[in-house]
Amino acid sequence: MCSGRVDLEFVLRAFSNGIDGVFIGGCRLNECNYVTHGNYHALNMTLLCRKIMERLGLDPARLRIEFMSGSEGNVFVEVVDDFIRQIKGLGSLGSESGVNSNTLKSRLVEVRKLIPYIKVMKNEKLATRLTDPNAYTDFYTREEIDELLDKVVSYYIDPEKCQACMICQRRCPAEAIDGGKNRIHFINQDKCIKCGACVEACPPRFGAATKISDRPVPPPVSEKERMLSRNTKEK
Amino acid sequence: MSGSSGDFSVTLREKPRYIIESKCTGCTSCVEYCPVGYPDPFNQNISKNKAVHVYFAQAIPLITYIDESCLYLKEKKCLICESICKADAIDFRQVPEKLEIRVGAIVLALGVEPFDPRVRTEYRYGEFANVVTSMDYERLLCATGPYQGEILRSSDLKHPHKIAWIQCVGSRQVIAGGHSYCSSVCCTYAQKQVILTKDHDASAECTIFHNDVRSHGKDFERYFQRTEQLPGVRFIRSYTSIVRENPDSKNVTVRYAIPDDGVKEEEFDMVVLSVGLSPPVNYRELAGIFGIELNAHGFSKTGLINPMATSRPGIFVSGGFQGPVDIPESVFSASGAGAQCGELLDYRRGKLARARVYPQEKDVSQEAPRVGVFVCHCGANIGRIVDVPSTVAYALTLPHVVYAQEQLFSCATNSAKQITDMTREKGLNRVVVAACSPRTLEPLFRDTLREAGINQYYYEMANIREHCSWVHSREKEAATRKAKDIVRMAVARACHLQPLQEFDLPVDRRALVVGGGVAGMTCALSIVSQGHEVYLLEKAAELGGMARKLHSTLEGLDVQGYVQELAQKVYRHPQIHVYARAAITKATGYIGNFVTRVQSEGRDIEIRHGATVIAVGADVHRPTEYLYGEDDRVITHLELEGKIAAGDETVTGAESLVMIQCVGCRNEDRNYCSRICCTHAIKNALKLKALNPTMYIYILFRDMRTYGYSEDYYREAADREVRFIRYDPPENTPRVEAAKEGGKSVLKVTVMDPVLGRELEITADIVSLAAAIVPAADTQEIAGLFKVTLSPDGFFKEAHVKLRPVEFGADGVYLCGMAHYPKHITETINQAYGAAGRVLTLLSRDTVTASGSVCEVMEKKCMGCGACMTACLYGAVELRETRQGKKAVVNPVLCKGDGLCNAKCPTGAIFLKHFTDDEMLSQIDAAKDHEVVINGGESE
Repeated sequence: MCSGRVDLEFVLRAFSNGIDGVFIGGCRLNECNYVTHGNYHALNMTLLCRKIMERLGLDPARLRIEFMSGSEGNVFVEVVDDFIRQIKGLGSLGSESGVNSNTLKSRLVEVRKLIPYIKVMKNEKLATRLTDPNAYTDFYTREEIDELLDKVVSYYIDPEKCQACMICQRRCPAEAIDGGKNRIHFINQDKCIKCGACVEACPPRFGAATKISDRPVPPPVSEKERMLSRNTKEK
Repeated sequence: MSGSSGDFSVTLREKPRYIIESKCTGCTSCVEYCPVGYPDPFNQNISKNKAVHVYFAQAIPLITYIDESCLYLKEKKCLICESICKADAIDFRQVPEKLEIRVGAIVLALGVEPFDPRVRTEYRYGEFANVVTSMDYERLLCATGPYQGEILRSSDLKHPHKIAWIQCVGSRQVIAGGHSYCSSVCCTYAQKQVILTKDHDASAECTIFHNDVRSHGKDFERYFQRTEQLPGVRFIRSYTSIVRENPDSKNVTVRYAIPDDGVKEEEFDMVVLSVGLSPPVNYRELAGIFGIELNAHGFSKTGLINPMATSRPGIFVSGGFQGPVDIPESVFSASGAGAQCGELLDYRRGKLARARVYPQEKDVSQEAPRVGVFVCHCGANIGRIVDVPSTVAYALTLPHVVYAQEQLFSCATNSAKQITDMTREKGLNRVVVAACSPRTLEPLFRDTLREAGINQYYYEMANIREHCSWVHSREKEAATRKAKDIVRMAVARACHLQPLQEFDLPVDRRALVVGGGVAGMTCALSIVSQGHEVYLLEKAAELGGMARKLHSTLEGLDVQGYVQELAQKVYRHPQIHVYARAAITKATGYIGNFVTRVQSEGRDIEIRHGATVIAVGADVHRPTEYLYGEDDRVITHLELEGKIAAGDETVTGAESLVMIQCVGCRNEDRNYCSRICCTHAIKNALKLKALNPTMYIYILFRDMRTYGYSEDYYREAADREVRFIRYDPPENTPRVEAAKEGGKSVLKVTVMDPVLGRELEITADIVSLAAAIVPAADTQEIAGLFKVTLSPDGFFKEAHVKLRPVEFGADGVYLCGMAHYPKHITETINQAYGAAGRVLTLLSRDTVTASGSVCEVMEKKCMGCGACMTACLYGAVELRETRQGKKAVVNPVLCKGDGLCNAKCPTGAIFLKHFTDDEMLSQIDAAKDHEVVINGGESE
């Protein structure tokens, strides 16, 4: 496993658990023993995560990434000592912005649910590996993250249009679509990871699955109304 | 020893250990109670050990032995150990045993002995308390050393703050007791000691008194700069003498001279003698027994061509007994000597091998986790800091832990067996060992599970040494709390582990060698001699590479004759297929199963092979300075060699010739030393002096790096009045101009002479430049094709600079020759055989085993976005069209298990086995403070 395996979820999960600081140690940049240079991926993820933390009311300094070799025990000790001093200086989680711990917790839970969405939306940027670490400084901006998280989309299946064909249901990677044959589908918003696979899958002639960004998702229709009567269609 | 190549008989005498190996558990109670304290040779006699002791912390087997200082052996008294030993392992009736073994080949890896400075009283070693050797200092620096890693003076047990190193002790000396050769390793090891000293004490003042700084090894130039740039570090080029010891403070005064201030005296808290390498103890006697010849220095005499061959067929030499060498070269020749034994004994390969049989694996995947925790003391490494018994007690309170115990050394054979036994006895299905880094010992512990019939991936390691006891030596309680945290996290992860299967891949038993120079040809011949077909690619029209431009070596080898003979052997061998004017167009596949497409002389060939050797060599830098390319009289050393061999009179008849070293390297563009140019300059100078003794030859150099035996030739050149003038860029760089002198057109070289302290103007007929060795032009392309990496200087990067210098990070791909780094022909041959040795360890097997920790896709979850495919640079992931749209598929053979794809996947469809989200997150969750759950386990 490479430092590039460190997932956004690992970091945010730790903060959710009340951990005050997260440190990621990677090999020295440009000295990858393989061809992958996964430490740049770790750096990329860290920078994204820091911007998210700012938005949540966490000092981004609580997440630190450093690059060193196995023989640089001294560097490791220095860096960790410094990090611990810094974290102690920051105080308890959220105190830097005055957010109370319950609010912070719920914000973290909320944003963790959006990780798949963030990965989909930032797919290209996350895949970018710049060769110069300095070029990453403003790779992600606060405005960009606000834009992304302020305008979170939802996916919705219009019960009027759904033909209960199960195509989207089979495609959904999160098994978030409830329904069956002749049973109008609806998206379980708790399970939905907002990847948009259903919109792509829904046959254009039905156009039932849509993206909603400007209003709340309507509640699902009652179980009775969900039964699709084929007769009307066969007339 | 008697017999001959292929059939030797060797008689050995094994000294008694007075310990029954099969009974000793390594508990070291006997050591604790032994009343005899005597100076510990492993710690350079600085600290004491007992008459019964373990030789050193990592000894194999890790059990005790009793030496001559024992009271019972001396006076038939004591026998305390016998009554203490609960295992009845002490046996004073043991006597020396004679063993006779029959072997086909012998490798002499006798090593070296550090130079003993006592032979020269002026070093005051043994007389002044705070004059130590670099070996003594090495032990002082070590965590298992005499003061547990504290650097202390034996006179007052205080930390020395101001330390001097004196270089070339016993080396580069033609005085009685000294060695005339350069020991090759001391410059860099002294730099290492300085860096480590600064780690111990950041404000330490370190001074190195040196002659030339010889940083000729790979990446050593950068290492030297790193040392030099540390605050409080001085490099002073001066001879020294150790003048006196302060009777009160026991500080040592060193006298030295510097150009500006003249002779100075300075007091130091400690003086370290950088002792050189001597031949091994008893080298004459051993040479007599084996019937091999020695060289004038007492090391093994080796062939001009084959540096691993002794004067007696069937007996090979590797490592330091070849002469003073550094670790990478030792490893080349170790593996290389192995390859040569392989050539000799190939017909018997595998006849004595026995396959290891493991018990049938039990399927425990449906059982609830039953975790066993083994907490290691690592002698005192962990136990001294971390409260091991309380960690064991804590482990027993963790969910699913049904058994826990402490162990002195979990890695000792008996402890490992205990893990196996307890796993069986207690029905464990997960094992956590809380000990050291998984890097070294994880394979061993996984094996204990296999022995117990449990899938090896049910093993988890908690690192409470490197991550805990070693870094928290002053905070015992906090360290114990941390050890418990680490154990808790490991147990949490262990509960989520899944059994994984490693799988066997067939091996195509042919090799591809890229590059037909000395390295490639030597390697190909060794591989083919061991029964494997070889494809040899050469981009030029003919074999030979750079060696075609060389004519002789310093030791007198006729290079042209040698290369021709080598090429003929290669061409004539029916099992070596040579492709000249070859270019690789595509390389795919993986260890054991490569497919390489090659274009050669109008043909397009597909080669299937199991191993790949990269031996593409290097190029010579084309200088842009010193009028090179503008004036015909300015040439490179390589061109000079050609002209000397051709008898070109403009060169051999020159009145005056100037050589300028380090042209195009040791600078910002190429921050490395080209290693061979100093020796090359000396070789050319000696040739010219032999042809034309009256010729004035000047060598303008920065540091003469004639390491090893070349030092003797450097001295010879100086004796023959070759003039050496040091220059120090950037302030002081030589200038070359075309000028007229007495109507004759000449070259005028201006250089600052540091000895005279003024500028010298030298009139020269020829100026020869030591042009840097640079990576071959197609290096980057080849690296891309075979998915291997390059070092910062653009040469190929080996898997590990010291320990795996002929392998790559990519499995099944090997490296030798100048593609790795500039080196002399004999060094190239060493490495070429070394690469062949590694190739053989692969090709002699039918299958290779691939890791179980690779990625896999849950197809249902895959949304076909392709993020994983973009992240994977091994090409292990591809998207396949299915009825449910595009889905990612992993080729587990190509997957290296880095998990980049896993972190990119939005849906969690692709996952790295053994490092799944579940496994990692359980560990992260367990990092929180844990509520103690009392669980009915048992403890020992």
